Amino acid sequence: MEFSQVATIAGKEFWDRIRNRWVLAVALVFTVFALSIAYFGSAQQGAVGFRSIEVTIASLVSLVIYLIPLIALVLGFDAIVGERERGSLDLLLSMPITRLELLLGKYLGLAGALTFSTVAGFGLVGLVLSSQLDLNALFHYFGFMFSSVLLGCAFLSLAVMLSVFAADRTRASGLAIAMWFFFVLIFDLLVLGVLVVTAGQWGGEALPYALLFNPADVFRILNIFSMDDVRTLYGLSTVFPPALAQPWLLGLVMAAWIAGPLAIAAWRFRR
Amino acid sequence: MADISPAQNDAGAPVIVARGVHKHYGLIHAVDGVDMEVRSGELFGLIGHNGAGKSTMFKMMLGLIPLTAGEIRIDGAPVPGSDFRAVRRKVGYLPENVVLYDNLTGAETLDFFARLKGVSRAPNAALLERVGLTHAARRRVREYSKGMRQRLGFAQALLGTPRILFLDEPTTGLDPEAIRGFYAILRQLKSEGVTMVITSHILAEIQERVDRLAIMAAGKVQATGTVQALREQMDLPLWFDVRVAPEDFEAVRNALGSLPVGAVEAHDGHIAVQCSRDAKMAVIAALAALNGKVRDLTVREPSLEDVFFGFSD
Repeated sequence: MEFSQVATIAGKEFWDRIRNRWVLAVALVFTVFALSIAYFGSAQQGAVGFRSIEVTIASLVSLVIYLIPLIALVLGFDAIVGERERGSLDLLLSMPITRLELLLGKYLGLAGALTFSTVAGFGLVGLVLSSQLDLNALFHYFGFMFSSVLLGCAFLSLAVMLSVFAADRTRASGLAIAMWFFFVLIFDLLVLGVLVVTAGQWGGEALPYALLFNPADVFRILNIFSMDDVRTLYGLSTVFPPALAQPWLLGLVMAAWIAGPLAIAAWRFRR
Repeated sequence: MADISPAQNDAGAPVIVARGVHKHYGLIHAVDGVDMEVRSGELFGLIGHNGAGKSTMFKMMLGLIPLTAGEIRIDGAPVPGSDFRAVRRKVGYLPENVVLYDNLTGAETLDFFARLKGVSRAPNAALLERVGLTHAARRRVREYSKGMRQRLGFAQALLGTPRILFLDEPTTGLDPEAIRGFYAILRQLKSEGVTMVITSHILAEIQERVDRLAIMAAGKVQATGTVQALREQMDLPLWFDVRVAPEDFEAVRNALGSLPVGAVEAHDGHIAVQCSRDAKMAVIAALAALNGKVRDLTVREPSLEDVFFGFSD
């Protein structure tokens, strides 16, 4: 593999998103939402202003779990199928570049743009709040940002995989939306449904492991498990065994969610 | 398939060689046993109807799609093969309906492809000048006309001074002046020893420009050779356009009618006579014997289009 080829493709993808202000727009969305949640999250209870990092992160997790998968899927669904449909893929592949290098370059460039906007958006809010946070709170906030990046990269990997398999952009976009619904809205309902219908008699012990099959749930567990104040606010995640809720272990699971779909995409793209 | 090229001994060594190439998509045989050679420094035409297999051959020669069977070698190296990077650095490709990136400028487009190709970016400005795009180098491609995009695509194909060029319908969208400029560049490249394979639906455009060509139909090469050799092989009739004074019209028409000619069409002081290649000299002699009654004479060879339909049908 020639990394310079990967870097060339990645650089173009990244700078394309900087130039068309995609990164700026997404960073602004994250900043505005995060600031609003931090300062006005408790307005319904009659209080305004920053209260605690735990509550803020818990609210941000709820936001991010909807928003980042959607943004990542929209960002990546046409990475390959778009080039193919526009007719530029043949020209790219006529260059001294392998399909794997092209795929990795595309992924890394898009992941770079998503990471940059996530870190810039939430990082700015972290800076604003930093005077009111102690080291422990800052550590939690940093962990939230890092896991948000991992969540984005995992869904981006899924999007790129879709992009390789889909016959055209229309189908790719439909599949991306379906994937978002499945992982963000339906998956937990299904698991809960099975649990309720069987009165916990079937699959009860396997349930925590089932959550690992959804990167959105892994992200949720990563962020709420270390915070006793908010753990009880979340249904399914609270049944997760503490022994499995190690950040490094969940980080590895997230890494598998990034590498797995990409590996499948690379296998398919080579054929 | 016949290769009828009187000039073949003068050409260089084979640079592109295809042997028994097949490409099947299920039951469809897009390419069906193609043998082909393109020699060093040659401008080689590949013509055929839509769906004849030209683009599939192009893609296989570029290593973009795998062969079902057979072998292709570019400059001695198998395609696809482990040496593909070295091969592709020697190759330039202009796809049909080239699609470039709208958000990049012309200069950035060349920079991007030069990086990918691993060649110096220093000559990019000269390349843009060569295709007449210096004035638009800093404009985004989205502002380019179709012809300008095509010229930028051509500049992209010339990155790294390739030794082999694949040009798929390269003059699509170009105006007549740009087409003339394009072929002037091809002549120059040919003089530098660049080997070129070109496809075009505008047969009149390439018939005087290619050294040899292959006619493809239904996935097979029906014939290969120079345009003249293919004409002779098809043995298509010639046309004589004879211009005569009104008072001599009937005399000339009667004289032509007694010769071994085919169709005779007469109107407005013009007589068009079709005859076989073998009868050509007899017709010329008969017209010369008419003692000045013939004011002008034009001999029309069958066009490449006639040859093409002769082979492909």
